[in-house]
Amino acid sequence: MSSSEIWIAFYTILRREIRRFMRIWPQTLLPPAITMTLYFAIFGNLIGSRIGEMGGFSYMQFIVPGLIMMSVITNSYSNVASSFFSAKFQHSVQELLVSPTPNWVILLGYVLGGVARGLFVGAIVTVLSLFFTHMHLHNLLLTVLIVFLTSVMFSLGGFVNALYARSFDDVSIVPTFILTPLTYLGGVFYSISLLPEVWQGISMLNPVLYMVNAFRYGILGVSDIDVTWALFIIAAFIIALFYIGLSLLNRGRGIRS
Amino acid sequence: MTYAIEIKDLKKRYDNGFEALKGVDLNVEQGDFFALLGPNGAGKSTTIGILCSLVNKSSGRVRIFGVDIDEDFAGAKLHLGVVPQEFNFNVFETVFNVVVTQAGFYGIPLELAKERAEKYLKKLDLWDKKDTQSRMLSGGMKRRLMIARALIHEPKILILDEPTAGVDIELRRSMWEFIKELNEQGTTIILTTHYLEEAEQLCRNIAIINSGEIVENTSVKALLKTLSSETFVLDLDGSLSNVALEGYEMNLVGDGSSIEVAVMKGQNLNDVFAYLTQMDVKVISMRNKSNRLEELFVKLIKGSK
Repeated sequence: MSSSEIWIAFYTILRREIRRFMRIWPQTLLPPAITMTLYFAIFGNLIGSRIGEMGGFSYMQFIVPGLIMMSVITNSYSNVASSFFSAKFQHSVQELLVSPTPNWVILLGYVLGGVARGLFVGAIVTVLSLFFTHMHLHNLLLTVLIVFLTSVMFSLGGFVNALYARSFDDVSIVPTFILTPLTYLGGVFYSISLLPEVWQGISMLNPVLYMVNAFRYGILGVSDIDVTWALFIIAAFIIALFYIGLSLLNRGRGIRS
Repeated sequence: MTYAIEIKDLKKRYDNGFEALKGVDLNVEQGDFFALLGPNGAGKSTTIGILCSLVNKSSGRVRIFGVDIDEDFAGAKLHLGVVPQEFNFNVFETVFNVVVTQAGFYGIPLELAKERAEKYLKKLDLWDKKDTQSRMLSGGMKRRLMIARALIHEPKILILDEPTAGVDIELRRSMWEFIKELNEQGTTIILTTHYLEEAEQLCRNIAIINSGEIVENTSVKALLKTLSSETFVLDLDGSLSNVALEGYEMNLVGDGSSIEVAVMKGQNLNDVFAYLTQMDVKVISMRNKSNRLEELFVKLIKGSK
């Protein structure tokens, strides 16, 4: 395929992915908007007003970056995992497999579809947060870079999950039992400086902590960790997951017999 | 000469140890209307799966219009259009989007894709359904949608895996008219079907596969010539109480208003007609007792076991 044909194939996958999550917006866009509004109202407003300041900011301001990041992570992951698994399940993935579209384009198309949903939901949550607090922006470039790379990373994770999944249960196991605990324990609602030293050390093993804190640094200018480490860890995960995803795709794991 | 499909010593062993293909050799000429026949589990779908990259081969060589799939699979796939046995489109997409999206996977610009989608959906009587979600279509319409989708990149080879399963007679006829038209325009057609009369009527060449091996690969005409006998049913104007013609195996059917005649190689029906004329009985109509290809198919499959 020529480079222009490859671009058309990539754009076709991306357009289809965006069309999919826009078509089923009551399942994809509405729930995070409602959930995050409840978080802002209950944790940020009601409980937050009693907690006082955290990291030099009001509790509401402190949790907004974490909640935006939480919605980006969850939506990026679940978009790719459910979309690619559905394509496997109803065999429509064969439409792509019989075509000359290279595997790396298939991977990139699905991943950027997940990024599109992650960032779209992130934007919705950001707008909703403005009804509860004003947004401080410390470093725009870093904020955008971190949220984009995190979205890429979790979209890749969702793709690998979908390749391995044999049933719809397999698609929900990772988000429920791994992603949610890591996100909740990743400093969305608190600064790890509040934890005993042992738990601070254990928290440092949680990759989500680096992403949430780096994003919070971009917005508020405060972080529990070194932002350079966050960029390094995200980049390492992206490279590893891209390699795993592409190798599995080339071998036909779960899609070719 | 470059073959449309050239398969050499193709083997496939699945992870569970099942040997689906045991060294298949097969050539399909350009412009051919070719049938790949075999009982369930013989290896037809595995062969087709390997051609279109849904199944990984264990060993062997496959060339599609001279392009080796091990060297340039993407290039080889450009020549292929596949209509699989199972419906495999996104059931939530509209008919139009299913076809246009497939064009995108082949790098076809959107405007051209829309033009071609209109052309093929009209040809296959689906244009008035273009905005319908594909899951709402009838079985026959879904089958035609997969044909339109397979043609969107105008391939040189169209592979149809059981295309008429579940399609009513009228639709089946119009579908074959369209496929014949494509073949006349130069598209190589490869067909698997359980309706052997379709293969006999449509195909020039044929391969029969059983237990992962090709047991026959010849022209339909040559294959039919190997029939040692053919049984005809003659419907008569009136009825007979008994029939006997020396050298011929003849039986009365039902109340005697029909007879069955087995005509061996070297014999002919003129003797039978002469005998019936002598008996003062007229023949109203005549048909084969069973499909000729079917008789051979059963014989070959039994013989290969």
